Amino acid sequence: MNLRRFILIAIPYVWLLALFLVPFGIVLKIALSDYALSIPPYTPTLDFSAGWEGIRAFFAALDLENFIFLTEDDLYWRAYLSSLQIALLATFVTLLVGFPIAYGIAQASPAWRPTLLMLVILPFWTSFLIRVYAWIGILSNEGFLNQALMSIGIISEPLTILNTNWAVYIGIVYTYLPFMVLPIYAALDRLDGSLIEAAEDLGCSRFSAFWLVTFPLSRQGVIAGCLLVFIPALGEFVIPSLLGGSKTLMIGKVLFEEFFANRDWPVASAVAVILVLLLIIPIIFFQRNEQRQREQD
Amino acid sequence: MLQDGSKSIFAPWSDPAATPLIRFQSVSKKFGHFTAVNDLNLDIYEREFFALLGPSGCGKTTLMRMLAGFEATSEGTILLDGQNIAPVPPNKRAVNMMFQSYALFPHLSVADNIAFGLKRSPMAKSDIQDRVEEMLKLVRLEQFARRKPHQISGGQRQRVALARSLAKAPRLLLLDEPLGALDKKLRQDTQFELMDIQERTGTTFVIVTHDQEEAMTVASRVAVMDQGELVQVDTPDRIYETPNSVYVADFIGEINLIEGNISPIEADRYALDWAEGQPPIIGTSQEMLREGTRCHFAIRPEKLAISAEPPTDRANCVTGTILDIAYLGNMSTYIVELSNGQTLKAQVANNRRIARRTFTWNDQVSLSWTDTAGVILTR
Repeated sequence: MNLRRFILIAIPYVWLLALFLVPFGIVLKIALSDYALSIPPYTPTLDFSAGWEGIRAFFAALDLENFIFLTEDDLYWRAYLSSLQIALLATFVTLLVGFPIAYGIAQASPAWRPTLLMLVILPFWTSFLIRVYAWIGILSNEGFLNQALMSIGIISEPLTILNTNWAVYIGIVYTYLPFMVLPIYAALDRLDGSLIEAAEDLGCSRFSAFWLVTFPLSRQGVIAGCLLVFIPALGEFVIPSLLGGSKTLMIGKVLFEEFFANRDWPVASAVAVILVLLLIIPIIFFQRNEQRQREQD
Repeated sequence: MLQDGSKSIFAPWSDPAATPLIRFQSVSKKFGHFTAVNDLNLDIYEREFFALLGPSGCGKTTLMRMLAGFEATSEGTILLDGQNIAPVPPNKRAVNMMFQSYALFPHLSVADNIAFGLKRSPMAKSDIQDRVEEMLKLVRLEQFARRKPHQISGGQRQRVALARSLAKAPRLLLLDEPLGALDKKLRQDTQFELMDIQERTGTTFVIVTHDQEEAMTVASRVAVMDQGELVQVDTPDRIYETPNSVYVADFIGEINLIEGNISPIEADRYALDWAEGQPPIIGTSQEMLREGTRCHFAIRPEKLAISAEPPTDRANCVTGTILDIAYLGNMSTYIVELSNGQTLKAQVANNRRIARRTFTWNDQVSLSWTDTAGVILTR
């Protein structure tokens, strides 16, 4: 292998190593340490001055105690399950909302498409935090939504949406919608229009042509969009803590409290490691499966 | 090309008792201010292999898409089997289309692509399988049934598209530039295969093409279109030999066009005065032409004989010098410049080795032709 190719391949690997594997290794190390009232708030720390003996003592002090603790307190697995449920449902709703939007943009006349795409991306121009705060103004009991609904007489008493899981779902769907729309749009845009005509020509109604041709061919976009929404939604912290109530249990919130309220870095790190594993394992399985299918073709 | 059934010649268009399968009755199609098809009347008969030929933008594809149901007519009606097809949506028409891009479903195997239309019909499952196998056999793709479209060659994809559109045994098959994506050699083979399949299945084919050679080879009749109108509808040989206008003559194959004034000689013989110092061209026309009518004389290059000395037995003869020679392998085209600057193309079969060619650049030669070799065109 020549040097140029080696460097070309090495760059992304070094990048991954420096920005993913090394921090993950540090977090994993903290997860295996013990809580201590010190700076940093855990032991042991690696001390090279003690030489070989010091390194041996360092590894001997690492244990799985924190992971075992996570299984003992039901708060953690309930938080994982609750996060999983919220993320899955929110992803599904985002798909339901995002697919028609992507489809509509792909069907729009070419002159309109850049504008419509720009509208999808436009919210990114403001801070994410501000946009979530804005939802408080919309969803609170005295918020715009309740005022509007009461003024047109649909409801007589304000709906309690803020500080419930409903608000969390709304927040996630709103925030991550562009991540769903863009990959689906990319897939639909590539679709050859004559395929739909061919399906109709061969006896399909409009709807069955969509179901038998358009949808399966946009599958890659749907999968990409779902992953882009599901992964960040699972560990989401800002949305549940701002829009959710005290009953909203999400692992991101638990993680934050362990780190900053309890200052228990080792347990917080263990929570984070499990979260990463929860995300990575299904993705690896999924990719293996995809690859096997591609090889079969 | 006329298709010989046992003895009788297939020509329903010349039989006044025959009822057409498709009938365009003053059909127009407008897109905004653009008129794609203008007040068009056309009959197409059962079992015909009908070619719509014209440059891009002439309205031939619009005509086909109206038959398939993807475009509605702006005015006029289209009858299929005597029924107005305007209210019938594309998925309910006994018409199938083979798309220019083939439009094969990339996520389905070859067999599933062919079965796609059958599965939307009330056909029983076991019958579908038999039909798919029959179609695979028809296009000789039995071994490729389980492949995906991207795993087969362009020529094979073309055959899958054909099989898929024929699977439902449509009354009418529309082919939109079916061979456009194939290379020349494969295209020629496939043309004969198409004709063979058309004859075996007895389906009426309507093919859209801009390739005049393709239209001439496959079709029983050719319609030459220009700017939304039919210029001439006729059998390929008549389109080639007796074009009705300069447009058709020029569009189909190569042609020499000479403009001049007509003077009648006797019965159907006319003389065309076309240049000072050149003998008038003697030609024939079935039309009654008045003295002094401005006309074009059109003659195919292969109908001109080239010789060193002027022959005595031919009605027309001009002399000139060879300006250029285009060597095409099987034949050569000589471009001859006459004394008044007019150039004529003469095509001669290369039945001798090129080294023994009789004429070369700047040779003085005579071009001669009979009085019936060309046509006189008034428009």
